[in-house]
Amino acid sequence: MTAERTSFVYVSYIASTPEKVFEAITRPEITRRYWGHENVSDWTPGARWQHVRDDDARSVDLVGKVVEVTPPNRLVITWTGASQEAEPDSYSRVTFEIEPDAYGVRLCVTHDDLIVGSQMEAGVSKGWPLVLSSLKSCLETGKGFDLSGRAKAA
Amino acid sequence: MDQDEVFKALADPTRRRLLDLLCEENGQTLRRLCEDLDMTRQSVTQHLGLLEAANLVTTTKRGREKLHFINPVPLQDVYERWIRKFETQRLSLLHDLKIQLEKNES
Repeated sequence: MTAERTSFVYVSYIASTPEKVFEAITRPEITRRYWGHENVSDWTPGARWQHVRDDDARSVDLVGKVVEVTPPNRLVITWTGASQEAEPDSYSRVTFEIEPDAYGVRLCVTHDDLIVGSQMEAGVSKGWPLVLSSLKSCLETGKGFDLSGRAKAA
Repeated sequence: MDQDEVFKALADPTRRRLLDLLCEENGQTLRRLCEDLDMTRQSVTQHLGLLEAANLVTTTKRGREKLHFINPVPLQDVYERWIRKFETQRLSLLHDLKIQLEKNES
């Protein structure tokens, strides 16, 4: 029996440009500043991407393949836990759509094919609002939130 | 995006109920949402319109169906803007208290 799948759709309006938002998703030195992780890939269709935690251990938390790249408007990637890389059924799919808007940019993140009741479903439904809010803050004010899980200096 | 619209959208029990329904099951059609609410389809459409204008609900077309998704991103922004700073203050008060108490002990 195939598992039931679900989707999430998140939208954030950001006072920025599509180019800057696209860079903020694909350039490790920027993702680190608001996501606590670096998104590492050469961003060509078929290439592998890795979500590397920005701490001393630099653990790879997520991996997947790049499906579609149309800078600065669209990026589609597959997505799974690093320990499940060899299990095709574990993969979900994330689509970033970046459009100019009266306010600046409308960023829509659609996360499809998540297994209902899975740890990944629980994780991403908590994670995306935080990440997108942090991204908005990072691009608008220069400061994201610290999502690296690093111990804070007292 | 205006936080006024978020607060206005939340200031209504039906709209909060709609968000709860989408929280329980994301990606519902208007027809499906109407089944759980004792009001006309037209009223539900209006409430959903306000939630969409506040960016608390997003819609996508899947085939012939329009699906509604809860979008908690503006709530996270409200949290960052209005709640976190009070928490930070409380935490720093606790921190000061601890320093004070430890000083007294030595």
